[in-house]
Amino acid sequence: MFEFEQLREGSPGLHFETVDVGGDRAAIFPREQMMEVALRLKEEFGFLQLIDVFGAETMAKKRRYEVTYHLNNHNTNQRIYLKVQCDERDPHVPSLVSVWTGCNWNEREAHDMFGVMFDGHPDMRRMYMPEDFAYNPLRKDFPLMGVPGSIPLPHHEDSNPRFNIANQGE
Amino acid sequence: MVEDATIERPVFQEVPPRQRILDALMSKDTTVSMSEDSLENEMILNMGPQHPATHGVLRVLLRLDGETVVNAECELGYLHRGYEKLAENMTYHEFIPHTDRLDYISPAANNVAYCLAVEKLMGIELPRRGQYIRVICCELARISSHLLALGALAMDIGALTVFVWAIREREKIYDIYDVLTGVRFTVSYMRIGGMAQDITDESIRMIRAYLDGLPEAIREMAAMLHKNRIFIERTSGIGIMPPDEALDLGWTGPNLRGCGFAKDLRRDHPYLVYNELDFDVITRTECDVLARYQVRFDEIKEAAKIIYQCLDKLPAGEIWAADAKKIVPRKGDIYSNMEELINDFMLVNFGQSAPVGEVYHGIEAAKGELGWYLVSNGTGYPWRSKIRSPSFANLQGLSRLLEGCMISDIVAIIGSIDPIMGEADK
Repeated sequence: MFEFEQLREGSPGLHFETVDVGGDRAAIFPREQMMEVALRLKEEFGFLQLIDVFGAETMAKKRRYEVTYHLNNHNTNQRIYLKVQCDERDPHVPSLVSVWTGCNWNEREAHDMFGVMFDGHPDMRRMYMPEDFAYNPLRKDFPLMGVPGSIPLPHHEDSNPRFNIANQGE
Repeated sequence: MVEDATIERPVFQEVPPRQRILDALMSKDTTVSMSEDSLENEMILNMGPQHPATHGVLRVLLRLDGETVVNAECELGYLHRGYEKLAENMTYHEFIPHTDRLDYISPAANNVAYCLAVEKLMGIELPRRGQYIRVICCELARISSHLLALGALAMDIGALTVFVWAIREREKIYDIYDVLTGVRFTVSYMRIGGMAQDITDESIRMIRAYLDGLPEAIREMAAMLHKNRIFIERTSGIGIMPPDEALDLGWTGPNLRGCGFAKDLRRDHPYLVYNELDFDVITRTECDVLARYQVRFDEIKEAAKIIYQCLDKLPAGEIWAADAKKIVPRKGDIYSNMEELINDFMLVNFGQSAPVGEVYHGIEAAKGELGWYLVSNGTGYPWRSKIRSPSFANLQGLSRLLEGCMISDIVAIIGSIDPIMGEADK
């Protein structure tokens, strides 16, 4: 079974904080070390299958956004979670598309929903929302009902002359 | 740029165009290339979001060179309803009907996946009868989903009859759900720590009758397709996904098993009672459209086998977990007991307060791994509810598959991935 402590052999400068995700191993790494850790996990420890990537808000003020990479070793069926956090004023984390190509859309989704920027991503567009949408809907400060006027909607039928019966009577 | 008149253009001048077309018609594999034709240049074609073969509102932008796809780019978000945001603003229980609308072809399996994740977070375990009923629901949903996938793939290629027959068989599953859950389509059958009602003898009889007739129905479809030269030639050898790239992209489910990996969460991380049931994990090594079709086709039989075993082994007893603080009380108890009335009031208004923590649980749904990553801050509402949807990950491989294929193969490749946009767009 893989333990995050095994990463320390070979990279002594590594420092991380382990967390528990429902019995599986997870660790928060500083963003400078993400690329190195990801490459070692894939090449040395066999975490070839990328299951999921997603953003979240942490419950702390200091490091507001968190991106989690959910990995699977398809030989041992072990699941691990790789986490990286960033501050609200500097929402940049390294993109891991060059390690797992499956990160592409998932990182775009996290960018769309939380406004996290993935440095080195080949195609940093929004995933779901229109490109000119000015907000990041999954942030906790975005209201559930949306922001009025943020997406242009079709005119009300009363103001549309083609639906206005009074105009057609002539 | 002015064209230099002195450059010779001898390539296709010897044979007149009409003759070349006639020659090409005699041979099965030739592609005619007309150098003077304006369509020879690359062009951009927009497929979808409203196109019958894109299985919903998938939009694919294609760059074409003649009839060959040079590049393809998918555009998602036409069915984005913000379910992750909605989930954060309602109690765990209130979200169950919304899970039906994710993969609307197999709603019962989505209910199970969500409830299992919440139950893992809260530490609830179902009695064995409840677990068996959940397995039956999941496998019925798998049959229903695979039937549609097969029928739709065949229809996209032109075999309309198979689609009608597949829909006919699915209709019988809806009738079973009608009796079993009370609803035909969006069942919302599961509850946290149980399910809406127990399985009745009538529904068991209906399921048995359905499963007894299923081999004949499948044989009919196989007779239409498996010796059909058009079907075989249009599906074999196209849409090939190399196995290492499939892992890299996060493919799961029948698509990954069509690439030769015997990966199945029912085997690898057994949940419910799957470790007590006997079934095979179907794999194919050809990695093409036909391989993915064959995996689904054989999985229907395996699912039927699982349901038979569940019906035979179905234990008697309770279907609800015994944890009055966390599961919604029965209606009869609410009207007669003060304690249950208080619990019901608290659960409906404030939700089950889950312990602080993070949890992930995934199940092997019909399309692949469907899971929920829940982050709880101790209140009755989830802090973050991430849906790991298989269609989203599987669709990501689409542009890789489309590169270099012919325009008529696009519909077959999309059909073989079996995307459901409700799930991919969340």
